[in-house]
Order: sequence, then structure tokens, then C-alpha cells
Amino acid sequence: MSDRRYPDAVADEFPVPPTEFTDREERTVEIRPYEGTDEEYESLVEMYDAFDPADRAQGIPPGGEKRIREWLDAILADDCLNVIAWCGDDVAGHATLVPDGDAYELAIFVHQEYQRAGIGTHLIRGLLGHGQSESIRKVWLTVERWNRAAVSLYKKIGFETSDAESFELEMGLRLNPDADEEGDADEEGDADESEGDGGTA
Amino acid sequence: MKVLCGIGGSDDSFRALDRTVERAAVANDDLTVAVVENPDSSVDPDEIARKAESAVEEAGIDAEVRQVEGDPGSRLVEIAETEGFEEIVLGGGHTSPMGKITIGSIAEFVLLNAKTSVTLVR
Repeated sequence: MSDRRYPDAVADEFPVPPTEFTDREERTVEIRPYEGTDEEYESLVEMYDAFDPADRAQGIPPGGEKRIREWLDAILADDCLNVIAWCGDDVAGHATLVPDGDAYELAIFVHQEYQRAGIGTHLIRGLLGHGQSESIRKVWLTVERWNRAAVSLYKKIGFETSDAESFELEMGLRLNPDADEEGDADEEGDADESEGDGGTA
Repeated sequence: MKVLCGIGGSDDSFRALDRTVERAAVANDDLTVAVVENPDSSVDPDEIARKAESAVEEAGIDAEVRQVEGDPGSRLVEIAETEGFEEIVLGGGHTSPMGKITIGSIAEFVLLNAKTSVTLVR
């Protein structure tokens, strides 16, 4: 599983959280890195407990509070990077990077009440900005190929398909240059906007 | 029931083996274990076969363990068809660090092409 492919070019620079914006429903949303407090943890549990099962992807988030807590314990560990989209005291969405060898696996979830409002785009960009500032080099993800909103969001961000041979598409992104090369990132201007902002990916 | 369990050396394939052998002992299934060449697995087929033999022996059942060469998915489907198997059992997929389940290429091929029922063991 370590022969994943990544784009040669390093991705754009992403905004480093905390950031704040107004979503398409005129709600004020704040993107903040997870700091490990009980309040944040319990708010995440609440969001996932109310998460629409139809928006699950490849078995996550799991169903039931006990399994949700077990899963969160794994992906909120110290060696993972997590970013939360807050609407007041409620979690609107959550994105995470979990270490996998020399790369990180990415997933993003937006609660059904907050979908299609542009939050997913801000959330993933915030996570990747957090990752860039923490010197993460490579990120990969899998996405069900029929989840077109998610696939187009990832493409817009700069992810490139690395494996299209199975049920799930595998995509990769280079966040920082490899240790042995000096950064020569060539990239194009960033296209923001759209509706690529489904429930999960 | 006449059951064909395909294993290629991945963790989930060994889970499928254990569960199928257990069930065969209870349900009196006519079980054949096919050791296939999974390109994603680094475990030696001889060793996989030895593991399967000992699982069968431990359960005290009479099951054939056979090594199958060639493309794993199509060979399993072909064996099931030509030898009248009623069910194919396979591992239920690999879990990523994130907890996402990915179904392997063998399971995918068998699911889409088998005429028998297919069980993926979780």
C-alpha cells in the first residue's frame, strides 16, 4: 500500500486556520484546528450521532455512539491532524488527516444541515493549510466514484486520480516538496466556488 | 451446502477462512478452500495453504485445500461454475488507517461475475 502515486507539482498554498467566513445560508462559520478538549470531543460525538446514515462512505462514520467514540479515539490521536467547522457551539463539519506511512489519509464530513453551503470547500482547504503548516508532504484519499460532488471538490482542490481501477477512486495531493528536493512548485491560480460539497467522502 | 472459500493471504482472507471453517463444522458444509495468487499479498501460497490445512484440521472437518494458479477472480468463478459450488466466500475488505473499507479487486470481480451467491466476511 506504499506505492501510491502523487502529482509531481506541489499544491497551492492553503489558508491556515483559524479562519472565519459566511456560508451561502448567511451563517457565520469558523474553521479551527482540534485542540483536544472534552467540549470539542463531545460536540463531535453529537454531530456524528446525528449524522445521516445515507451520507456514510465506506463504513465511516460508524453508527452508534459506542462505535463513534472508538473511531474518534483513533482519528483524534496525537499523531493525527483534525480541523472542525463550527457554527456557534455546533459542529457543522469535520476533516481529518490520519498518518499512513510517509503520507496521510484524508476524510471530510459535513453534517446534512450544513451541506451545499460552501462549508466543505473551506473545511478541506483549512485542513490542508493546517497540514502544510505542519510540514505534511503527501495526502491521499479514496472516494466512491458515484459521489460526484466529492470527486469534483477534490479535483478543484488539486487532487489527482491515482487509481481508478476499483469501486473507489484513489486520489493524491502533494502538500509540501519531498525532503530531498527544494520546492519548485508550479501551479495555477485557484478556482474557488461551486457545489462540490457533499456529505462525506 | 457446497462452499468455495477463496483466500489469497490478506488479513481479511484469513478471517474469512476461520469463519467459513467454523461454519462448515456446524452446518456440515462441503467445503473447498482455494488458495489463489493475490498480487497484493506478500504471503507465500505454500504457507497460506499450510495455514488453511491446519485450520481445517483443528475444526475436525473434511475439506479440500487446493492451490489455484492464474487470475484469482476468474479462476474462482470458473471453479464454482464447473464444479457446481453453491456459494463463494471471500474476505470482506481491507480497512484503511482512517477506518474506510475497501473491497479488493478479487472480491470485486467475483461479485460482479459469479452466478452463485457471494459472501464477504466482516
